[in-house]
Amino acid sequence: MNATLERIAVPTLALLASAVLFGLLLAFYAHVDPLEAFALMYQGAFGTWFSWQNTLTRAAPLILTALCTALPARLGLVIIGNEGALVVGGVAAAAAGIAVSGAPPLVVQTAMAIAAMVMGGLWIAFAGALRQFRGVNETISSLLLTYIAIALMNHFVEGPLRDPSSLNKPSTWPIGDANMIGTIPGMDVHWGLVFGILACLLCYLFQRFTTWGFAMEVIGGNPKTARMMGLDVSRYVLLACAAGGAAAGLAGMVEVAAIHGRANASLAVGYGYSGILVSFLARHHPAAIVPVSILLGGIGASGGLLQRRLDLPDAAVVVLQGIIFVAILASETLYGRLLKPKAAT
Amino acid sequence: MIDKFNIGRRGLLGGAAAGAMTLGLGGTANAQKPLVLGFIYVGPRDDYGYNQAHAEAAAVLKKMAGVKVVEEEKVPETVAVEKSMESMINLDGATLIFPTSFGYFDPHMLKEAAKFPKIEFRHCGGLWAQGKHPMNTGSYFGYIDEAQYLSGIVAGSVSKSGKLGFIAAKPIPQVLRNINAFTLGAQSVNPKITTQVIFTGDWSLPVKEAEATNSMIAQGVDVVTCHVDSPKVVVETAERAGIFTCGYHCNQAKLAPKGYLTGAEWNWERVYVDMVESMKAGKAPGNFVRGGLKEGYVRTSAYGPAVPAAAKEKADAAKTAILNGSLAIYKGALKDNKGNTVIPAGTSYVITEPKLEGMNYLVEGVVGSTS
Repeated sequence: MNATLERIAVPTLALLASAVLFGLLLAFYAHVDPLEAFALMYQGAFGTWFSWQNTLTRAAPLILTALCTALPARLGLVIIGNEGALVVGGVAAAAAGIAVSGAPPLVVQTAMAIAAMVMGGLWIAFAGALRQFRGVNETISSLLLTYIAIALMNHFVEGPLRDPSSLNKPSTWPIGDANMIGTIPGMDVHWGLVFGILACLLCYLFQRFTTWGFAMEVIGGNPKTARMMGLDVSRYVLLACAAGGAAAGLAGMVEVAAIHGRANASLAVGYGYSGILVSFLARHHPAAIVPVSILLGGIGASGGLLQRRLDLPDAAVVVLQGIIFVAILASETLYGRLLKPKAAT
Repeated sequence: MIDKFNIGRRGLLGGAAAGAMTLGLGGTANAQKPLVLGFIYVGPRDDYGYNQAHAEAAAVLKKMAGVKVVEEEKVPETVAVEKSMESMINLDGATLIFPTSFGYFDPHMLKEAAKFPKIEFRHCGGLWAQGKHPMNTGSYFGYIDEAQYLSGIVAGSVSKSGKLGFIAAKPIPQVLRNINAFTLGAQSVNPKITTQVIFTGDWSLPVKEAEATNSMIAQGVDVVTCHVDSPKVVVETAERAGIFTCGYHCNQAKLAPKGYLTGAEWNWERVYVDMVESMKAGKAPGNFVRGGLKEGYVRTSAYGPAVPAAAKEKADAAKTAILNGSLAIYKGALKDNKGNTVIPAGTSYVITEPKLEGMNYLVEGVVGSTS
């Protein structure tokens, strides 16, 4: 079977299988008409212009956080500290925004974005460094770093950066309405979506057309060979980790500059963890991250309607996400076996 | 719980079917268009806590004629809640929205209120200020520390070790008021009593809440209460260890049939029914609605079997005194637990005193620190 066709056919099959399984659960466990549920999900996610905007708004942070797993994955690393990078990025962005809040908005926004990307990048690069120079498993260290990130955020938000007027929900000082990045003209979706799509595009071009991108693929294929070829593996690992962390950090900046106007505990609501899911579903391919994020954003957007119309619990859409995740991972085994001609064996 | 869900689901399915039929009939349905209310909860609505207190009141509204209630649970305090509100307005036709979690107000609800000037938004938390916030928004809240004071009286009367425990999420004014009122109530019957407080750091951390409860039990605490989103874990852990509990948010007596003494509960039904009635009368609901025991916005749970008659008498007497205004919970001379005078002698604050809104201390007798 043609490889490109296979790359589309296998996940499509997995998605269909998930939908069938979810439909069975709805019918026989939740006692809800699955067709009605799917119709509502479609309406809530893509049925109206409002629904589309809802979906895209939810997809935006996932695109950026997914890159945090996807870029290092190219080199064979499994980084799951996306949430931590987002959180430190958000706090750094708020701190930078407060520090230069008197400057023209574009300067403030740029400073915020840079601060967030540097902090997020350093955060994940640290996990990469621990792996390369100390032999610490990067999956565990990046996950544990997330807890440190959240603790640090709580410290800054409830301590040095706290706006004393934020009595019952501790928050940093606001960055000021003038410095907010606002929404994309003509639609009610913030700029995070554009940043995410651009980042994916850049990453795709980088991986596809640069020697560095090729070097990373070689390392991902076999680090020992890469080392023997004279590639500086550690440098590439740190670079990929930093780039991934920077993307997640930028997601944190967008949360602050487009939504909350300040940093507080609402930064850590799980976008980072959903990003891991997106990256795996997209098989760590930057171009696939965008549609997968939109799919998951749509599932999230439709959750509200399922609750309101069918009285399903919030967990319904989480169950669907879980089913899709397992189905996609299980379908890995189909690659190369689908419609394999008998004669070739 | 499962039974409850099934009935709800069937009922709603029926409702959906009826809704579909009315839609099919087209224009004729417009004559009696129901008032659609949107409720948004930050956690599960069967959490035995903050969210259930609201959901129970919403369930009462569902029974009112000409009212349709749509609900969403576990909506985080991010852009997600903005989209939930918009979705309720755009797809369900909601005209009065109740975003019930504190963090929904700024910027999320304010943003939506600007976007939909004809829709009414009422937020639970008391943040609305005349002139500062739009008139299609508002807030409602209860002085639940009054009920905490009564809980404290019962706890202080029942405790043998003289050590009470309070598991709290964060040292913010709302929480500190509850800890202090609970302690002051207990001290009114036993001046030597102490309250050990543990801050878990967040609103819903079941594991930490259980650990905190266990460590308090180990320290000899024999009555425990809490201010977290769901008191379920604390109450169940305490019941298993055979100590007493005072509830919070809603009634947890079912979880601790033996050890549940009483509890400080919200009574949102009072607020919501009023608001819905004024909407039906064509008026906007109140913008700044607050009340305590007197207004019926808060109440105490029915006394459990372990509460002796003497304790009931004392608590009932204090309740009468609060209702007729002869008892002030916060009065001088009051010292914090570092020895500083926080309310000078001769001063007494009514419950509505704005200074209490910024409370940043723990009173004498509380073991713990705000930082």
